[in-house]
Amino acid sequence: MSQPLIDYCIAQGDDALIFGQRMTEWCYSAPFLEEDLALANVALDLIGRAQMFYQYAAELADDGRSADDIAFLRDARSYTNLLINELPRGDFGFSMARFLLVDTFNVLYLEQLVDSSDARVAAIAAKAIKESRYHLRRSRDWVVRLGDGTQESHQRMQQGLDEVWGYHKELFIVTDGERELIASGIAVDREALYNGWSEQIDAVLAEATLQRPEDGWKVVGGRDGIHTEHLGHMLSEMQYLQRSYPGVEW
Amino acid sequence: MTQFKLNEQQLEAAFQARVDAEQKIEPKDWMPETYRKNLIRQMSQHAHSEVIGMQPEGNWISRAPTLRRKMVLLAKVQDEGGHALYLYSATETLGVTRDELIEALHDGRAKYASIFNYPSLSWADIGAIGWLVDGAAIVNQITLQRTSYGPYARSMVRICKEESFHQRQGYESLIVLANGSPEQKAMAQDALNRWWWPALMMFGPHDAESAHSAQSMKWKIKRKSNDELRQAFIDQTMPQIEFLGLTVPDPDMKWNEQRGSYDHGELDWDEFQRVINGDGPCNRDRIEHHKKAHAEGEWVRDALRAYESKKRQRLAA
Repeated sequence: MSQPLIDYCIAQGDDALIFGQRMTEWCYSAPFLEEDLALANVALDLIGRAQMFYQYAAELADDGRSADDIAFLRDARSYTNLLINELPRGDFGFSMARFLLVDTFNVLYLEQLVDSSDARVAAIAAKAIKESRYHLRRSRDWVVRLGDGTQESHQRMQQGLDEVWGYHKELFIVTDGERELIASGIAVDREALYNGWSEQIDAVLAEATLQRPEDGWKVVGGRDGIHTEHLGHMLSEMQYLQRSYPGVEW
Repeated sequence: MTQFKLNEQQLEAAFQARVDAEQKIEPKDWMPETYRKNLIRQMSQHAHSEVIGMQPEGNWISRAPTLRRKMVLLAKVQDEGGHALYLYSATETLGVTRDELIEALHDGRAKYASIFNYPSLSWADIGAIGWLVDGAAIVNQITLQRTSYGPYARSMVRICKEESFHQRQGYESLIVLANGSPEQKAMAQDALNRWWWPALMMFGPHDAESAHSAQSMKWKIKRKSNDELRQAFIDQTMPQIEFLGLTVPDPDMKWNEQRGSYDHGELDWDEFQRVINGDGPCNRDRIEHHKKAHAEGEWVRDALRAYESKKRQRLAA
């Protein structure tokens, strides 16, 4: 049971870290100062979440690796985050579309994960659900305001949604290791969340006067370490100090 | 007309009496137009400094060496943005909008702390900025907690608390480097070498050459002179440099037993002027980045206004 749980925690950590790292790119580049602060907050939540999952993985693995080793000393092929988290920042519309898809999923997922049979996972979820509810309130508001704002914002919001749409399928794919954890009540069946997710997204898009994109394309592979080319660049930047000066304290 | 002038003089005398009595001036109180202008200049410069200061530090968020350091740095940069928000809001109480202030920043009428025109080149710079730049800012801002304009004084109280937290974090990260590998120690020394003099320049020119000092002191917008503050900063920082085992990049630095204070070498005022006037390593980048982000966000701000106005119309219908 231990290895699937370690892999699971690392995957959850990777999702949070990669998304958080990407969103830090807004921290002094947002449309106005209040958004700089809000987006930094969200990124902080996500990176903190990653640290909690990695920390637990490190303790379970007990192989001398720390949470930081897990974050900073693996290459792209060993990262198992879903692709939607690593895509480039894009414009504000794209970012908000991505947030809406991920936040809606996260709230549904974490609402069940708080009842995980693993006490530590449940505790992390209990903290994360509060944050994700706040994230979702933000992304929902933004998608509605941009969708129903000006002609330009409507167009950009629709375009952002169209561009990110094909990456949502991966949110609902259960891995073999995850299946074992679902059976033992540790993890949540993500596949079963699809209908609820879909309904919620439809409701927001309707209010935002946006069209739900066609389901004609999808890209998957993150959990198997088959990433877009963007991840390697992000990691080489993120890991630069740890790689250049191995084995020292910071 | 004569009557009016007399009134103005009386108002000004009453105003100065209140300032002298250490009473706070509040937004709706009468104040001399030059006091208002002077405050707008100083407070908006302060707000812009917080905003522009997000750039050299934000420059290392993506490369911070551990998860903890990344979160601490991100939170710090976020705090600086928060300081800018209080300061912009406090400045707005003087009858100017944030849009106008940003416009003045973009067209060069408003300044920001010149130190942020220097680049953050290594991880040690993040520690040095927290320790020295925030440290110098605190020395200045502690006195501003008693500044005569109420909203400014109150925003300083909160800002000072956060800045001293940042300063400790910056220093703590340098302690790790200074006690680390030879490369890390060299990184820390190099950061000190590059940030030391610009940090001293943060206090501004010598008292005799300071353009706004005398009037600002009279109005208690400023509470201590540039040279006094600079000396206080040096005296508090020298023992910290020694504790790190680093060397201050000033061969003339020497403890003066008689004064109970350090004597230091002269600052390079040509460099000071050069960087203030636009020829620092990053002046152009800083403003260009701010302009670019602001321009790229215009459609979002427009959408927000359009949505709010639609919402109001729907409610009214």
